[in-house]
Amino acid sequence: MTALLITLFLPLIGAILLLLAGNNTKIIKYTALGVSVVTFIVSLFLYFSFDQANPEFQFVFESVWITQFDAGFRIGIDGMSLLLVLLTTLISPIAILSSFDAIKKREKEYYFMVLILQFAMTGVFVALDLFLFYIFWEIILIPMYFIIGIWGGKNRIYAAVKFFIFTAVGSLFMLVAIVWVAHYAGTYITNHPGGFTSNYLVLRDITKMIPLDIQNWLFWAFALSFFIKVPLFPVHTWLPDAHTDAPTPGSVILASILLKMGTYGLIRFNLELFPVASIEFSSIISALAVIGIIYGALVAMIQTDFKRLVAYTSVSHLGFVVLGIFSMTLNGIQGAIIQMVNHGLSTGLLFLCVGFLYERRHTRLISEYGGVAKVMPHFSVIFGIAMFASIGLPGLNGFIGEFLTLQGAMQSKILNNPWFTVFGTSGVILAAVYLLWMYQRVMYGTIDNPQNLQLKDLKTSEYIMTIPLIIFIVWIGVYPNTFLNISDVSAKKTVNKIEMIKFNRQPYELPTMNNKIDNNNLENSK
Amino acid sequence: MTNEFILGLPLYLTFALSIIVILVDTFSNKNKKVLYYYSIISYLAIIAAGFYIVSLPIDSFANIDKASLFTKGMVNYGGFANLFDIIFAVGGLLTIFAGLPYLKKEFDDYKEFYTLVLFSVFGMMLIAHANHLIMIFLGIEVMSVTFYVLSGFIRNRISAVEAALKYFLLGAFSTGFLLYGMAMTYGATKTMYLDQIQQMIVAGTFDITFLKIGFALITVGLSFKIAAFPFHQWAADVYHGAPTVVSGFMSTAGKAAALAAFILIGKSMLPLIPSDLTTDIAVATHKYVGDAQMIIAIISAVTMLFGNILALIQKNVKRMLAYSSIAHAGYLLMGIVSNNANGWSGIIFYSAAYMFMQIGAFIVVSILEKNEKFLNLEDYSGISKKYPFLAAMMAMFMFSLVGLPPFAGFPGKYVLFAAAIESGFTWLAIVAVVSTIISLYFYIGLVIYMYFKDADSIEVESNPGTASVTLILSAIFVLVLGVFPGYLIDFAVKLF
Repeated sequence: MTALLITLFLPLIGAILLLLAGNNTKIIKYTALGVSVVTFIVSLFLYFSFDQANPEFQFVFESVWITQFDAGFRIGIDGMSLLLVLLTTLISPIAILSSFDAIKKREKEYYFMVLILQFAMTGVFVALDLFLFYIFWEIILIPMYFIIGIWGGKNRIYAAVKFFIFTAVGSLFMLVAIVWVAHYAGTYITNHPGGFTSNYLVLRDITKMIPLDIQNWLFWAFALSFFIKVPLFPVHTWLPDAHTDAPTPGSVILASILLKMGTYGLIRFNLELFPVASIEFSSIISALAVIGIIYGALVAMIQTDFKRLVAYTSVSHLGFVVLGIFSMTLNGIQGAIIQMVNHGLSTGLLFLCVGFLYERRHTRLISEYGGVAKVMPHFSVIFGIAMFASIGLPGLNGFIGEFLTLQGAMQSKILNNPWFTVFGTSGVILAAVYLLWMYQRVMYGTIDNPQNLQLKDLKTSEYIMTIPLIIFIVWIGVYPNTFLNISDVSAKKTVNKIEMIKFNRQPYELPTMNNKIDNNNLENSK
Repeated sequence: MTNEFILGLPLYLTFALSIIVILVDTFSNKNKKVLYYYSIISYLAIIAAGFYIVSLPIDSFANIDKASLFTKGMVNYGGFANLFDIIFAVGGLLTIFAGLPYLKKEFDDYKEFYTLVLFSVFGMMLIAHANHLIMIFLGIEVMSVTFYVLSGFIRNRISAVEAALKYFLLGAFSTGFLLYGMAMTYGATKTMYLDQIQQMIVAGTFDITFLKIGFALITVGLSFKIAAFPFHQWAADVYHGAPTVVSGFMSTAGKAAALAAFILIGKSMLPLIPSDLTTDIAVATHKYVGDAQMIIAIISAVTMLFGNILALIQKNVKRMLAYSSIAHAGYLLMGIVSNNANGWSGIIFYSAAYMFMQIGAFIVVSILEKNEKFLNLEDYSGISKKYPFLAAMMAMFMFSLVGLPPFAGFPGKYVLFAAAIESGFTWLAIVAVVSTIISLYFYIGLVIYMYFKDADSIEVESNPGTASVTLILSAIFVLVLGVFPGYLIDFAVKLF
């Protein structure tokens, strides 16, 4: 519990410290880096003291915030959240390290924003209260808006505003849904004295009592917000702009962590709170996911700007995640969770590589490059690993996630339609086409452009950023069970809930654990 | 009857202080700053008194024999009025801090300013404490008359004179509606005491036709005071033309006072009728309450949409804030629509939150403007480089006005949405969301100018002086109310 609180609040404390610090850029940079590295180390304690067999939330901390509305500061993690928290604490120091070269103005504000961002992102993954979740969800907008808007590229203002408005529009409807759920549950189900409750641990057991037609509306109110964040076709249009114009560390955080908030929310809230509606709409959403996979890939293929190309790969890859989630099978959801981590690692690495090149040449046009492998051999290896991980080459992480999600979609009795998998798989092939083609145009061939002759290979700091990512990419590719085991029981629990509703059976047996807090809540709710 | 004076301490203290201020004014011709310090001390004393009363246990107000009081029960002690006392006094304090440098820069440091603000604070408190229709009227008039003067305070400026005249003519006109409505209500219920009106309505001994007319007319009068559609036309011009510090004060504390009156009216004239009563009059009253809620809901919905859409096309920051304050009146009306404890406590919370963020925003504008110049969005280009503090404050107030956590606007909206949904007005919450989406664009637009755009040369001059006290206080409370909203919300709910 303490470790979780520290993991959550340390970045915030660091951000406040930065405000008090003077204008010495070096001190600011290293304080920010130090804070995020310490946070990562603390978060490792979470991993080691996490009980993987326990299907309940762990490290739960509760404190009521607004008694009248039973809105509380309630946090806790299960397997899925643990993986994403670890991803956040891993990517954040790397993003901060990459900022040392990428950010050259207004450093104090920048590192302040990044640490606030880390705080809020961690908060999204650990919140067990709809009110608290919404707060973290919205806080993210502000620092990201500034990071794109102040330190971004040429079209930064357009990109920042588009990002802000898209995400805020989605989440405001979610706010109404949250209030509605809290009201209905508090007044008609748990009889809370104030008439409201937004406690997730209580809500997930009782939302089934909400009238079905209203559940459908609530499902879409939540889903819209998450779909925009994922981003699912056709609400993905903010993403290429935001990615392209964000500074390198911004793109890394955006791709690696922010997009995962959407898919995380889909599993945590849509599947858990509104399973009936999830089953009902699974085919439509899976169809959108498959369209996203193919559309993202096709659009990526024709990009001339390689940062934009990588951005569109996200649209495609996150399609697999959504497909896995709405297959609602164990393989599908496990694949989706591991694919969230994978995408975080490999796309993060891709954006870092793109950033390395951009800092050396200040152009992102593919046509400006060619033969880079000759002058930057080490870089070409790392870029290659990132690319192959993204394509889904067996032995690297992407393969595991894509395979599991597609297998899940195939097995799914709920989708009950093999064509999702058939069309979805084409995304893997297309990924090979656009990434290999891009790699070939940038790395191989002759050096036509004399400016490319002067390119220097990677610096020490750039190795430090990339090596940890590569270690995890290979680790997941070779032995994914380390990570799959973490989220195993929480995924099984979700699948059990769905199967119980659809087929009235519970395919997976879960160990019974006595989780005190959970029982207390159930008693209160009666 | 010392007890009575203790229980109504903030009110009587304000009354005494605002009488004394005239004397102080007369005998302090040489030193202009005496009144300034006098005001600050007064507000601090009132706030302290307010907190003292708030800290008293709620039941110490319960068993007062109203007939034996010298106010004969026309004034309420205890209850939510004390929270409003504190809100108004804090509003006055924030205005005074910012008023000194502003008046020095724009006009001259006329001392009447402090007297007028103190008087208007007294008027507002009288509204919140009222238990009699005439008391509400009296309070509203004290407040309005000072506002008429304050909005034309810079009397050699045409726009200010225009604002004052417009405000006065329309205000006087709307007062007629208010008073006529009160007369009708008296005709319907044979009493002007708010608690007795409620008892009459619940007991069914009243004339429903007159009551309907009375309520409708009072709604018109109060809608004018809070600038709700379709009685909002004056608001933009007045807030735009009035001295900026005064605009901040009028659009927040003044609005909160009118809403306090609305809460009182709603509580007494729209009571909950037990649904098991099946007499004709009970059924009719039930329908009347429902209709009244629906009408206010429509006013609320149109007000927020209208205010935000008009704010969207403004190029002038002050005018944009003026229109957005119309929209916020719409949000606040959601609390009246819901007609329950959550709604009313939501109004208290949102009024407090709104006061800090809106006064803060107006004060930033007042620091940067000069002779009605430097008010346009373009003038704010790149000011975050030259004035990082001002820009950061402004950005914070803008995000708070949008309703983003962790700032005070968010829990305020949450409570109001919750109250609206609780009373079955989910559609109103959705309209509020849509209008919030509209408002995103112009609030964020200002941040774009301040942070993302660069200007060739920044001509804006800034000399905040004591206005920075206002800004820092506002910023602190915007954060504190945003991060720890529970204390105020939980406390306010208990008062109804």
